[in-house]
Amino acid sequence: MNLLEVRGLKVAFENEKGEDLVVVDGVDLSLESGQTLGLVGESGCGKSVSALSLLRLLPHPAGKILNGSILWKNVDLLSMSSDQIRSIRGKEIGMIFQEPMNALNPSHTIGRQVDEVFLTHREMKQAEAREHTLKMLQKVGIPEPNVRANDYPHQLSGGMRQRIVIAMALACEPDLIIADEPTTALDVTIQAQVLQLMSELQEQSAASLLLITHDLGVVAQTCDEVAVMYGGRIVERAPVSKLFQSPKHAYTRGLLASIPSLTDPVQAKLPVIQGMVPALADLNTGCRFAPRSTHHHEQEWLEVRPPFVEVEENHWVEACPACAVLNKKDLS
Amino acid sequence: MKTLLEISKLKVHFPVKGGIWMRPVATCKAVDGVSLEIAKGETLGLVGESGCGKSTLARTVVGLNVPTAGKILLDGQKLGGFRGKQGKKNRKRIQMVFQDPAESLNARHTVGQILEEPLLVHRMGSQSERNSRVKELLNLVGLAENAANRYPFEFSGGQRQRIGIARALTLNPEVLVLDEPVSALDLSIRSQVINLLMDLKNRLGLTCLFIAHDLSVVRHLSDRIAVMYLGKVIEVAPAQELLNNPLHGYTRSLIESIPQPDPKMHGKFSVLSGEVPSPINPPPGCPFGYRIRSELYTESIGTALELTEVSPGHWIQQCPCCCPKKKP
Repeated sequence: MNLLEVRGLKVAFENEKGEDLVVVDGVDLSLESGQTLGLVGESGCGKSVSALSLLRLLPHPAGKILNGSILWKNVDLLSMSSDQIRSIRGKEIGMIFQEPMNALNPSHTIGRQVDEVFLTHREMKQAEAREHTLKMLQKVGIPEPNVRANDYPHQLSGGMRQRIVIAMALACEPDLIIADEPTTALDVTIQAQVLQLMSELQEQSAASLLLITHDLGVVAQTCDEVAVMYGGRIVERAPVSKLFQSPKHAYTRGLLASIPSLTDPVQAKLPVIQGMVPALADLNTGCRFAPRSTHHHEQEWLEVRPPFVEVEENHWVEACPACAVLNKKDLS
Repeated sequence: MKTLLEISKLKVHFPVKGGIWMRPVATCKAVDGVSLEIAKGETLGLVGESGCGKSTLARTVVGLNVPTAGKILLDGQKLGGFRGKQGKKNRKRIQMVFQDPAESLNARHTVGQILEEPLLVHRMGSQSERNSRVKELLNLVGLAENAANRYPFEFSGGQRQRIGIARALTLNPEVLVLDEPVSALDLSIRSQVINLLMDLKNRLGLTCLFIAHDLSVVRHLSDRIAVMYLGKVIEVAPAQELLNNPLHGYTRSLIESIPQPDPKMHGKFSVLSGEVPSPINPPPGCPFGYRIRSELYTESIGTALELTEVSPGHWIQQCPCCCPKKKP
């Protein structure tokens, strides 16, 4: 049984004219327990919105889920009441946000903010909660937790703040952690520290991790499986080694090629993906990457959404003839 | 090659104010004794983590910060500030591209006005000459000519950065300072802008100071790379040499911590412990040895940490804890 099963998720935002702009267009995701799934894509591809929808944290009333189901342990999160979902947020599903300064309350001490998780979800007494908080701070590598617990967020460095956010997300030993670009705001040496901490803690608690990032290097280091998003859809999904060794979709191949390498000789020109990400209002109904693909595309492919097919075991790709490397049998 | 820009023992200190009277209570040594030389037509990459002083250095070179000590020489002449008549001439010769194109372009001006403004400030050309210069610039950075009548918000991040680059090139500067020009861009757009910069550099023979935190990007654009740590340059070497043969412990960790897009690296983290010490209250000895709690750290206290040339063109800050001298 999958821990989390998302089927046909469709999310739209209302613009000022009252039109719905579809940001996430029919996304399927599944996550087994203990697994790490990477969700990769450029800004505006809908990866963060997908993650926020899982916890029903979309901005209200502009953002709305039009369609689909989100099954958490076989119960649809979309049919739950706000009270029920609140008991899952932070307890069964923890969330780590990109910018720790915005995720923490600047006017409360960090100790108090971590205490709150225990007070709310575990119904502990203050003294007991503090005891657990100090243990948690120790676990995420905060030196002298009993002193630091009285600090305010601004007194800590970026890396330390992110450790606090991680402590809060993991306090109730959730079954799933959603991390939205957890290391993007951090320096590379601190990023390595935070990624290592996250994977250690994940291993200890056997939790699943949904890691949202734009950095394919981070994906290679931490994830078991990867889903690549473009224009609100998942265009390719595969185990990490397969995706890096034999990417099937032109977008994935373009992304991998455009990472400047540290070891290869410097080329006169870096390979690029031509064109740019289309605006939300200009998205076509068919294959969204075809206009940027170097191969010839026919009008029909821009109008009919290509099927998502399994080309090899566990390796799924959106089967557009202009973008995907396909065998003959996959097309039939 | 002839040195065009020379930075000599540059120090930029900021007062930290505190107490009820907001009197200076401490000094933040953002840049603390940096010496660098850039030859004509060369690109020097400057890397380091946030807070190491690389942006302060860039801003000082273009005159947005006032140096506390040391000097900046352009073509052998001391840049005597950026104010007044002489300052105006100096400003024309050094231009800057900023990190976030959304924040560095005036939202109420059309792209044409933005590109024309430097010419107006320096009272150059007639209206028709200025208009043709704007068109020329748009072509140069790969934008359509009708972009001149549109506003910055109508463009995507990559295109906005192209406008930022065009603006910096309006006055045909000799030196271009680029402060993290591609960090805010997405991967697929980033390589387009890197290619544009490489192309412009070769075509116009620009001398660049290229600042970034991403070594793989810097490597592609730079002839030489300097690594900064806590206000000081700790290693300078030709780009490939620095990556193949990093000698300072910090440079090594910086290279190793970049996540490689290689699934063989799964679960392998090269972790450097500790954090960058504060530039307000730096440790007495080598700040990197202090960070990694090196056993030899105490030896570095009191020794002068100077850049020394260990092989042709490869300079490192020799300290006992991070790059021990080889025994003869």
